[in-house]
Amino acid sequence: MAKTPVQFRLNGSERAAFTDAAENLLTTLRRSLNEFAPKYGCGQGTCGVCTVLIDGEPQLACLTLAVACEGRHVETASGMAEGPNLHALQVAFMDNFAAQCGFCTPGMLMAARALLDRNPSPSRQDVIEAIAGNICRCTGYEPIIRAILAAAGAHGQQRA
Amino acid sequence: MPLDVRVATSMAEAASLLASDQRTKLLSGGTLVMRDVNEGRLLDGTLLRITDPAFRQMNTSGARIELGAGVTLAMVLNNRDLAYLHAAARAVGGPAIRQMATIGGNLFAETPYGDFAVVLLALDAQVMVQSGYSSARAIALEDFLNARERGVSGLVTSVQFARPQHAADFRFCKVSRVKPKGLSVMSIAAHLPNAGGRISQARIAYGAMAPTPVRARGVERALEGKTLDATSIQAAKAAALEGTRPATDAIATDWYRREVLPVHLGRLLTAEGH
Repeated sequence: MAKTPVQFRLNGSERAAFTDAAENLLTTLRRSLNEFAPKYGCGQGTCGVCTVLIDGEPQLACLTLAVACEGRHVETASGMAEGPNLHALQVAFMDNFAAQCGFCTPGMLMAARALLDRNPSPSRQDVIEAIAGNICRCTGYEPIIRAILAAAGAHGQQRA
Repeated sequence: MPLDVRVATSMAEAASLLASDQRTKLLSGGTLVMRDVNEGRLLDGTLLRITDPAFRQMNTSGARIELGAGVTLAMVLNNRDLAYLHAAARAVGGPAIRQMATIGGNLFAETPYGDFAVVLLALDAQVMVQSGYSSARAIALEDFLNARERGVSGLVTSVQFARPQHAADFRFCKVSRVKPKGLSVMSIAAHLPNAGGRISQARIAYGAMAPTPVRARGVERALEGKTLDATSIQAAKAAALEGTRPATDAIATDWYRREVLPVHLGRLLTAEGH
């Protein structure tokens, strides 16, 4: 079966790959582009570990057709840091012990980033709703919620 | 022959391609079809994408609302004219799923999914279905859902419904074990227009209480011409189970669903806790 070319921006860099026609974005990222931050969890859109931003909006890479990303901007947790400087969310996740096994963390970070990009001062309920599609089996969610609220506060202080 | 992907630039082209090959599946938001691809249930044939802007178009300012089948639940949430639908749209998945899941796809979601179809059923929506290059025809959503199990032919292009006269006339609740996101134990949508304080042409619909979303005709009869008070709500609760055929699944047993339906219906009608 002939492969299909696809080209999109990945964390700010133009990348191209040959994919199977019906290949999902997660497979393309992990197998063709060596981008391992998004994980394969359920493959059904239930767990959220493959959450990425596509043109700034959160989407599930396992349910996204790779060729449909042609010309778009895909962002993963790997692209959050600027050089040696971690994103405020990554710092807050460490400070608040919001990662235990770490499997859900890349998806949680992207879901949280999508929230803060749209709403820099979220309420606790906003945070809960923002990560409602992301499952964590370790931390019981509270440290993650605290971390996102702390990152929002840090962002607010930087802006002030 | 492995799966192939085709792109249709117009709805007519898409309808024609769907009509010409039964192994062609429409890929809209991907939340249903890509699951089948990932799990190996869909191994050959063609996935069809539509790039026609009309597929994602919304006309929401007038008395007659039209939502393209490719409109996502996030688009509904971002539209102020559709504020009365926001609670229902927010009840579907998390933010990432809502960016992808479409109105049209929701009509095909198997129970206990498809909560937005329940809403559309209570709004007496019509489904516009196009076959080949002919113009789209309107099908009542209830008929569409009844025919769904037999396999619907044609392309769903949009859904249409009348805007509720007052936002407060429309109510929705989703009962789930996990909040804020969880599969439905059940969902209930109620459109309760009233004339002179009396309910006229009530529409009540249930999700997860039958193989497809269903109208609660017994409840509608019980409320017709009545004021919404303790007596009429009690009568509605007594008629709540008419026409239901709930399943036992991982979320709840059929017995549990039957037991709690009147309770949640009563709360929705009295606007308690919803």
